[in-house]
Amino acid sequence: MADETPVRVVLAKLGLDGHDRGLKVVARMLRDGGMEVVYLGLRQTTASIIDAVEQEDADVVGISMLNAGHLTLGPLMVDALADAGLDVPVVIGGIVPDEDRPILAAAGVAGVLGPGSPAADVVACVQAAVAGRGH
Amino acid sequence: MAPVADRNIAELVAAARGGELRATARLLTFVERGGDLAEQVAEATHRHVGNAHVVGLTGPPGSGKSTLTAAWTILLAENGRRPAVLAVDPSSPLTGGAILGDRVRMAGATAAGVFIRSVATRGHAGGLALAVPGMVRVLDMAGFDPVIVETVGVGQVEVDVTAATDTAVVVVTPGMGDAVQANKAGLLEVADLFAVNKFDRPDAADVRRDLELMLDLSKLTGHGRSDAVARPTIVSTVATTGRGVSELADAVDTHLEALLAAGLLEARREGRRRAEVRSHLEHLVLAASAAVVEAAFGHVVDGAENPDEPPGVTARRLAERLFTDPDS
Amino acid sequence: MVNSDSRTDSGPGFRTLSGIPVDGVYGDGPLPGEFPYTRGVHAEMYRSRLWTMRMFAGFGTAGDTNARFHDLLRAGGTGVSTAFDMPTLMGRDSDHSWALGEVGRAGVAVDTVEDMVDLFAGIDLGSISTSMTINGPAPILLAMYVAMAEEGGVERSLLSGTLQNDILKEYQAQKEYVFPPRPSVRLVTDVIRFTTAEMPRWNPVSISGYHIREAGSTAAHELAFTLANGFAYVEAAMAAGLDVDDFAPRLSFFFNSHNDFFEEVGKFRAARRIWANWMRDRYGATDERSLKLRFHTQTAGVSLTAQQPEVNIARVALQALAGVMGGTQSLHTDSHDEALALPSEGAARIALRTQQVIAHETGVANVADPLGGSHYVEWMTDEMERRATDVFTHLDDLGGGSILEGVYAGIESGWFAGEIADAAYRYEREINAGDRIVVGVNAFTEGNDAERARLLRIGQETEDLQLKRLATVKQARDDRAVADSLRRVVADAGNPTTNLMPALMEAVTVRTTVGEIVEALEGVFGTYVEQAVI
Repeated sequence: MADETPVRVVLAKLGLDGHDRGLKVVARMLRDGGMEVVYLGLRQTTASIIDAVEQEDADVVGISMLNAGHLTLGPLMVDALADAGLDVPVVIGGIVPDEDRPILAAAGVAGVLGPGSPAADVVACVQAAVAGRGH
Repeated sequence: MAPVADRNIAELVAAARGGELRATARLLTFVERGGDLAEQVAEATHRHVGNAHVVGLTGPPGSGKSTLTAAWTILLAENGRRPAVLAVDPSSPLTGGAILGDRVRMAGATAAGVFIRSVATRGHAGGLALAVPGMVRVLDMAGFDPVIVETVGVGQVEVDVTAATDTAVVVVTPGMGDAVQANKAGLLEVADLFAVNKFDRPDAADVRRDLELMLDLSKLTGHGRSDAVARPTIVSTVATTGRGVSELADAVDTHLEALLAAGLLEARREGRRRAEVRSHLEHLVLAASAAVVEAAFGHVVDGAENPDEPPGVTARRLAERLFTDPDS
Repeated sequence: MVNSDSRTDSGPGFRTLSGIPVDGVYGDGPLPGEFPYTRGVHAEMYRSRLWTMRMFAGFGTAGDTNARFHDLLRAGGTGVSTAFDMPTLMGRDSDHSWALGEVGRAGVAVDTVEDMVDLFAGIDLGSISTSMTINGPAPILLAMYVAMAEEGGVERSLLSGTLQNDILKEYQAQKEYVFPPRPSVRLVTDVIRFTTAEMPRWNPVSISGYHIREAGSTAAHELAFTLANGFAYVEAAMAAGLDVDDFAPRLSFFFNSHNDFFEEVGKFRAARRIWANWMRDRYGATDERSLKLRFHTQTAGVSLTAQQPEVNIARVALQALAGVMGGTQSLHTDSHDEALALPSEGAARIALRTQQVIAHETGVANVADPLGGSHYVEWMTDEMERRATDVFTHLDDLGGGSILEGVYAGIESGWFAGEIADAAYRYEREINAGDRIVVGVNAFTEGNDAERARLLRIGQETEDLQLKRLATVKQARDDRAVADSLRRVVADAGNPTTNLMPALMEAVTVRTTVGEIVEALEGVFGTYVEQAVI
């Protein structure tokens, strides 16, 4: 039974916007990529995400935003995890202009997925984020 | 506080007993993965268990189980208890992945401090029956009480997991033929109490009546739970408004008291232990028989595999080898 | 300046580019303007009046959005449409902890009537029609709009416009709800009762399939769910004691126009036919206006690609053309840079120009329902109707003979959300597998690395400005009047037969905030948490 343990991903919408189409599609892509997705859904806060990461012993956090708030909320999530002593990488999904990607990377965000990302890219991005942690 | 990854199992157990959630979470991960680490965790925890009331809760999809569990555990937390929930959902048989959505429906419980762990069935035969009791023991050791195992009441494995508790709660709803479905799925035979959820629906009284009728019948035919302490109680609830939730909480507590008073709790736990030993044994036998077959077909030269022989005969011949030669 | 919706451009009659005169309609009856209105709600269609070119805008502070409104009106737009920011849509003030990072980002922030005053400064509310895209707290924003107009000297009876106020599709698709479904539908009917009595030029609900489609549904489900929601509101308003012909003429619809040209045209034509038949036969409407489905169209935001964004101009043009061929009453065309960021001023202008090209250069507006009679289009129209009818039958069964109850049941069980999520995933898989080609995404990708145009960014300074503004308004108001107004809101909310609108008018007038009113109402109605279907 100790063979391949699935990667455990916590998926959430951080903030107020209710557009969960992308998050749901990504949840299914990751499931179909053999991962276990702990789905938190809409209107999560950094605190509720941290609770879930802790209790679920998650390997990675995926947050989705279509509210143009990624430069504020992305680093907020990364810092909140670090403050809680949780060494868990963060992947962001949403409309992120190219020039923001280096800013997010510098802030510690492990990966960014734009709208319409193919399933293979989504799974690879999450896997890379987990591998980067030294999982 | 060192990161959980840098600590050994004894340190994690000590931390979990001291209330550190992420230590508990990591121990649950070890048990869930199985193998050597799981056995080490079992060794380190089994002396500290037996304090939690273990409750199984199941019901058809859409019966509002999670919402009901959330309302119930919030109430328990408000009353100073420390409930924990193992929320079990199926893995995809094709990819091994899973979408675990119970935390969405239990958002209020998380906020109230209830510990929730989502568990995927992970496909392998009997794996659930092996992993869940071990995970329950970790939560018991960490001081949670009650420990609630929530499953979707669809398959035999889920029914078995529900039955392997101190108190089994079956949730049904009006209007979906739930009572009849629950009967078919064998849930009636394991239930210690029923929650008729969504009782604000117009046809709620019907489902209650159906249940009473089926319980009457099962009494006549002797199909009820053999170690039942009493005829199952039926509680009417509306999880979304909180109606009936304190009655549910009381009924669960009352059931435990009744088991204790009747001296049946120990019997139940012994039965559970017996079932668990059997699950482990079956798992070992399965692994060993796979190895024997692999060895037989992999070494045609030694004559173990004879294509002219009927498969049943080959199996019986290999069984002798399995049970006499522990190294095969 | 050409005023786009008067036909001053037709010059020497309606002729082709080469001078051939054309009739207003071709084919046999029922003709446009005749029951069941499959071919259009007016006999003349765009010959007498073009569609309204209504461009959606909203970002930053009320002042920023107001400037964009003036730009669009100067450029020939004939109505304004307001996008609110996420905290406002969720009924939270800019100083709420949830609002952090979201104030003014994806729409305009409105906390009090003072923001409304800035938002519509210099716009003649007696002649320009206004659309407000808001649902959960819609009655509060309507009250603020009315209060602002009346403080500026324009009577409520003269105001024309549309409040989206379609809460059912929020539970199904867009998820911007606050209260549970039943009290929310009561708020919708309160608005219908209020505008029916006092604002005869106002559309109290814009029953919207747009968001259902954006969430990933098929065209047939967009059609079916939207009309079912429409029937649900009709049943709710009739149950509240209104006569169907008193309010139905002011119900309006809002559809998506996606890439499959003929499927879209069929969808629009089927929508009119279904609505007319159901309103007459099931709900007993007799006023012709109750039977006519009027709708706004927006091109499919979800179809826009971040790769080679200029290609989106072509997509938008074709989708807009489908809306016009389908007989839309008003149209928003998306800006080609929306897959990257909020629409920039230049991109918004191109989008409006696209509509003007269709209206004035292509000649498609010269003939009503020019595709009517095409074997394919007529078949598609029938097929859309058949598929929608299957859904109505399902909901009717679910609701025991009530579409309203069926819709509630479908929301509670997650049926709508599940159907939508399945369709969305199927679509993504088709693209992934290469079974469906999206130009620039999984084919024809040369040129994807071209340099990007300048994008509109909203920074933290907007949030800081808005917070200062809110603090100033709170400082200057009469706190006792605010507390009194909230007590009345709570009392009236507790009585299901009392219309909440007068209490809301009183509250917003004394500068009670959106968030304060919403929280007071949550105390009575509760807050909705969805049973997520993934």
